[in-house]
Amino acid sequence: MLRRIIPLGLLAAALCLAPGGQALADGDRAAGEKLLAARCAGCHNLTGPSPGTPAALRARKGPDLFYAGEKYRAGWITKWLQAPARIRPAGMYYGDHVKATDKWDTVDTATLAPHVKLSEDDAEAAEAALMTRKAKAALLKGVEVKPASVSLAMGDLMFDKFKGCIACHQSAPDYGGFSGPELYTAARRLTPAYLYSYMKNPQAWDPGIWMPVMPLKEADLNKLVRYLELVADAHEQEGD
Amino acid sequence: MAVGSRAIGLALAVLVVAALALGAGPGTARAADDDAAALYRTYCVQCHGLKGKGNGVNVRDMSVQPRDHTDPEGMGGLSDARIFKAIKEGGPAVTKSVLMPPWGGVLSDEQIHSLVRYLRTLCECQGRG
Repeated sequence: MLRRIIPLGLLAAALCLAPGGQALADGDRAAGEKLLAARCAGCHNLTGPSPGTPAALRARKGPDLFYAGEKYRAGWITKWLQAPARIRPAGMYYGDHVKATDKWDTVDTATLAPHVKLSEDDAEAAEAALMTRKAKAALLKGVEVKPASVSLAMGDLMFDKFKGCIACHQSAPDYGGFSGPELYTAARRLTPAYLYSYMKNPQAWDPGIWMPVMPLKEADLNKLVRYLELVADAHEQEGD
Repeated sequence: MAVGSRAIGLALAVLVVAALALGAGPGTARAADDDAAALYRTYCVQCHGLKGKGNGVNVRDMSVQPRDHTDPEGMGGLSDARIFKAIKEGGPAVTKSVLMPPWGGVLSDEQIHSLVRYLRTLCECQGRG
């Protein structure tokens, strides 16, 4: 009898809490909007539209966030904002952060500014507000990421040799190119549907960006999404 | 009469200032973007380098070195049509590396032609054929 009462009590308690929880989320979003306006809008485009021209793209200080709700995995923003680690090894526009040397151009790390760090409460509020931003829903319509069987070794071959992603992106810390975001944590920060859709046509998400439209088939895209998960697993296991 | 011509002069000056102000707007930015040097800086420098010598920030871990655009011998051996094809369709279309991606989904034919002309200024050479 008692055993039946306890779950019922828990259920009642949960029902009582539910509206409060919703109010809390709304409060978070309102606080988040204030925070975004005060601390994020200086570097991030929170309202759209996309910059569109190469000059405007080069001038951008941080990634556009007006479709953050379609891009990021739940919880990632909150975590990252409390301990921000660099995602773009040569900054937003690599051209502003490289210098010529006798051998090859290298990243001038002195020109890279660290990202602002937030408290847990502020980070949660920022995420609550950012995740409501869904301006590119059409690009995810019909996207269905299918489970793909690919080994880390086969994926490496695809990434490095067959598709050439390695030219601009790193698949492990300090291995690969510098002009694009690192991809060894991509599967943790980005949703599979966004990864699939972005790799299929980055120009639809960010017109004019210096990532070309690669001829990737559906099977390639599914394999690459899976590969990025394997790469993230490997990175975490290595504890880099 | 003198006052009239001064008024016309003033009106003209206002028009000129207004035209200059408009000229500094998005229209000019777009025209500047179409400038091949700006396109090169945006899309090509990441691999071909700030000086176009094929040693961009991305090359360290590449298995194949990008083309040195300042090399008159190497560039002189390539026709404009072949360079156009390489930019638009990517390395494999001209039996070269996959590390050179196809830019046809980003740049218009006109922009690619302007880049081919820009490359000729970097190598100070003319194409064969």
